[in-house]
Amino acid sequence: MAISERGYQPEEMMVVAAARLLAPDDVVFIGIGLPSKAANLARRSHAPGLAMIYESGTLDTRPTVLPLSIGDPELSRTARAVVSVPEMFAYWLQGGRIRTGFLGAAQIDRFANLNSTVIGDYRRPKVRLPGAGGAPEIAGFCHRTLVLLRQSPKTFVPELDFVTTVGSSCRGRSRRELGLPGRGPQAVITDLGILEPDAAGGELVLTQLHPGVAVEEAVAATGWPLRVAAELARTAEPTAAELEILRALAPSQESNIADRIPAPGRPRS
Amino acid sequence: MTEFLPLAEAIRREVHPGCSLAAEGFTHLIPHAAGAEIIRQNLRHLKLIRMTPDIIFDQMIGMGCADAVVFSWGGNPGVGSLFRLRDAWEKGVPHPVAFEEHAHAAMAAAWAAGAAGMPCAVFKGYRGTDYPEVNPNIRSVTCPFSGEELTAVPALRPDVAVIHAQRADRRGNVWLTGILGVQKEAVLAAARSIVTVEEIVDSVDESRGGRVIPHWAVDVVCEAPLGAFPSYAEGYYDRSNRFYQRWGEVSRDYDGFRAWIERYVLASDDFLHLLAMLKEDGYL
Repeated sequence: MAISERGYQPEEMMVVAAARLLAPDDVVFIGIGLPSKAANLARRSHAPGLAMIYESGTLDTRPTVLPLSIGDPELSRTARAVVSVPEMFAYWLQGGRIRTGFLGAAQIDRFANLNSTVIGDYRRPKVRLPGAGGAPEIAGFCHRTLVLLRQSPKTFVPELDFVTTVGSSCRGRSRRELGLPGRGPQAVITDLGILEPDAAGGELVLTQLHPGVAVEEAVAATGWPLRVAAELARTAEPTAAELEILRALAPSQESNIADRIPAPGRPRS
Repeated sequence: MTEFLPLAEAIRREVHPGCSLAAEGFTHLIPHAAGAEIIRQNLRHLKLIRMTPDIIFDQMIGMGCADAVVFSWGGNPGVGSLFRLRDAWEKGVPHPVAFEEHAHAAMAAAWAAGAAGMPCAVFKGYRGTDYPEVNPNIRSVTCPFSGEELTAVPALRPDVAVIHAQRADRRGNVWLTGILGVQKEAVLAAARSIVTVEEIVDSVDESRGGRVIPHWAVDVVCEAPLGAFPSYAEGYYDRSNRFYQRWGEVSRDYDGFRAWIERYVLASDDFLHLLAMLKEDGYL
């Protein structure tokens, strides 16, 4: 049975599986998009005490709607504290206060190094992507990282075009050798299943499949010979409650600015 | 003493071809009114500095204002690509731009260093990444106490910084609240500063929250209501997510972009006029 015939989309399974990996008392640094969806779902389900942090400087924010950007007004209005961006990166992130970093990317390799900078050559790229943002230091200094991205041979590549963010090890150098204190990526959650680094070298191993997904699909969607765990777990289907919360996550309201614009020709006061 | 000037005059006086210009505001309080005025005045050969180029720099890059851009995340937040930045990078359209790319941690540290009068920022960023290979301004220093190797980037010290804030008082003390970004750092790091504000009030302080930048650290204040659109000013108006989404379509190809700028930015007298035209045409 195709996953979409199960009453939910592959992306919903992915977000639900990621949300479940957040601890009830986690302190999580959240990238926008799917990680933000997953964290907001977690806080509304099993992790009401989740401390959500966005790089715009909002600490312990409790948005009632899903923010479109990391700097939405909703995030500062519902935050326990708002700090400047230099303080965010220096004290809170580099200072080692944040437990989980939650990232996406355009490309990933077998050691969970990430590329969000360019596809192709750096100076003459096929596609110029947005770039690093907070990612290199989020992955460097959070105690662990969770990565969310769809699995395909285009995204799961043997060699990155550019290393934006270091995973378990990079070009033969371990995190310790590179001076990165966190444990690094602990799970890569995709639309097909979950990959985890092996204890020895940190290479990603397929350890879990979502309902209805065959091992062969995950192998075919990976651009390197994917290692598969001897005992594969099967993700529990999203519960009705999880799906209900996820689908009720409404995007931010449209701006009220139109009402404030004076009509042309009228005197401005 | 802080001077109060109309925005057009402030830009004419403070921003010159060839100067380095920072326009900060982290998703919040982006000084778009000032950006539109720079395009209207056809200022060229600028070195533009901003953590997230956003629509404000996408427009300036597309109109050929920039010879160089320093940035740390070049996307349309929550939407996708900045197509004018991408075209400049990928195809040299309308002309090649010297990009200096960083990560947020580096630029945030470089702003703090600039404000503190330091020549460089020292931090623990970029470890293991490819950035030091493509950006010669990412170097390392050894801690004289621990021997640890640390990353160094030059401090940011622009000729001019422009920020937007909620309020200034009649002496020029500036008050802002909500997401603070690197607003204060940019003003303190720059040789000259222009602050556009939603409104001018009798007096401001921090007794009801927010942050104040004292008037003796601010060179020019300009009243520019709604001047952060399509970003937002906490307490005044929200972010126009719809406009950010539409910008993707408007800016996708160069000719369409150019026509849009001519129709709205170049044909408007000032920012409120521009907004009135956008409202009339259903952009808001």
